[in-house]
Amino acid sequence: MKAFTELERKKYNNIWVVAEVSSGKIQSVTYELIGTAKGLAKQRNSEVWVVVLGWRAIENWDMLFAYGADVLIIVDNPVWSGFIDELEAKILKRLIIRYKPEVVICGATSRGRALIPRVAVMIHSGLTADCTGLTIDPENGDLLQTRPAFGGNIIATIRSTFYRPQMATVRPRVMKMLEPDFNRTGRIIREKVLANDIKKVKEIISIYHDTETAVNLADARIIISGGRGMQGKKGFDLLKRLAEKVGGAAVGASRAAVDAGWISYAHQVGQTGQTVQAKVYIACGISGQIQHLVGMQSSNLIIAIDQNPNTPMMQIADIAVIGDVFTIIPEIIRQITEL
Amino acid sequence: MKIVVCIKQVPATNEAKIDPETKRIIREGVKAILNPFDTYALEEGIQLREKFGGEVIALSMGPPKAEQILREALALGVNRAILLSDRNFAGSDTWATSYVLAQAIKRIGQVDLVICGKQAIDGDTAQVGPGIAAHLGWEQATYVMAVEELSSSCIRVKRMHEDGYDICKISLPALITVVKDVNIPRVPTLKGWLFSLKQDIPVWKPEDIKAVKTKIGLNGSPTMVVKIEPPPPRQTRTKRIEGTARECALSLLRELRSRNII
Repeated sequence: MKAFTELERKKYNNIWVVAEVSSGKIQSVTYELIGTAKGLAKQRNSEVWVVVLGWRAIENWDMLFAYGADVLIIVDNPVWSGFIDELEAKILKRLIIRYKPEVVICGATSRGRALIPRVAVMIHSGLTADCTGLTIDPENGDLLQTRPAFGGNIIATIRSTFYRPQMATVRPRVMKMLEPDFNRTGRIIREKVLANDIKKVKEIISIYHDTETAVNLADARIIISGGRGMQGKKGFDLLKRLAEKVGGAAVGASRAAVDAGWISYAHQVGQTGQTVQAKVYIACGISGQIQHLVGMQSSNLIIAIDQNPNTPMMQIADIAVIGDVFTIIPEIIRQITEL
Repeated sequence: MKIVVCIKQVPATNEAKIDPETKRIIREGVKAILNPFDTYALEEGIQLREKFGGEVIALSMGPPKAEQILREALALGVNRAILLSDRNFAGSDTWATSYVLAQAIKRIGQVDLVICGKQAIDGDTAQVGPGIAAHLGWEQATYVMAVEELSSSCIRVKRMHEDGYDICKISLPALITVVKDVNIPRVPTLKGWLFSLKQDIPVWKPEDIKAVKTKIGLNGSPTMVVKIEPPPPRQTRTKRIEGTARECALSLLRELRSRNII
């Protein structure tokens, strides 16, 4: 593997964001990443480019400009629907070779985490997953990527000095959007899908957007999570009612509750489920086994409701409510309604 | 059907800590386990062989002691196991790791399907699976929650996404990564353990897989870890709320409102 010389590295400019498109919409993580990219671009004296792959609807592109994009690359094709990793990777590779971005960032979603590692291998560059911090080293202009590892017990700082572009994924809700400026505009570049791009790619047979029971733990501001203490499906119905009342909340679960069949696996938080970083994590009847804690302990505010004040969860919580979940949660629902 | 399952030995996450003096990861005395997601990958491989016939091979890169998890895979029911272990592999990032595994898969030859766990619990990157697929130029499906159909030419799977799921068909040879929902793993039997102890586990070196030296280990890794540190300490002062259900609810809502959460 041949490292880039300094001269070669200098040909790479601009900070790219790969837009997260799902359910026919650009997802909010894209705007969050544009916010981060803007800060990086300012330090590097360069531009923010947003790549939109597989776009089928007519979009108000002004939104992307308003949040900080300078240039959009839009790649569309009428036959393209759903997430086709191989196709998107081939196109992204071609765009990167042609336009030479210095940094490429993408949402650490189920799609981003499938697409970007494929691209990083194809173009031979360094990639860091699930970054919680991205900054520019003032000494040499490198991207410094910080990320948790070992279940959040360790924070690592990573760089890929000798390769370009420097690539990273970032979880939703980790970075902050900028205030939109609706007077901003920018350039749009349209790129085509080539015949070769659609060779040797998967076939999407059907897509199910589960909006009714949308889990989306990664994107939720508030996660209301239940464990063994919720005692059954009815306990989770109670949590779902609370989540509706609070608004913008998703329902999570411990492994014990999922294994008992009270709620589906898509809700599981922890080592064999999802790692989440919510603004507020409300643990109801969850004792807090270490495998669960490593999946949620980086949340901003942790609230635990449990009868037993001595569980690990009650110890790490910022707010520990001691009492019966089955009387306290209905009371919270009632009080919110009365507001 | 020839199936390769890639597995990894990881430290039990809860025990990984940083030595506050040396700022290095404490490895002594830390229990090493089979990566939990990989148990689902192994089970899926074994189930597919049971249905369609053929062979399942467990493959791992790691230090010599990673042989333990390959014995475990043999006890569970894979036909054979291969360890990739060499000083020159050490320090590989996800780019180099996926290169080494892809080279080994080429050496095994005639592989129809590679199965990996969604991610390993130490690095949590989920990058090695798609990386292997990219090195091989194969189609891929990640976050697979069900294998619906397998034929000699393609595989149909259900993929989990944040906002639902999809069903897609990929042509073989291909690579999939699986989540926990895909199956319920078996536990090894005594007979399985006895079988596993009798098996030879070959150890492959870079020359065995025609790995280019500049693409493996620290030299072959585009990323460099420049610093590791413990996470910023959490505020440990827990505010306790007690009383009747009504009092608890009211105090909690007051707390949430004062923080502009609701």
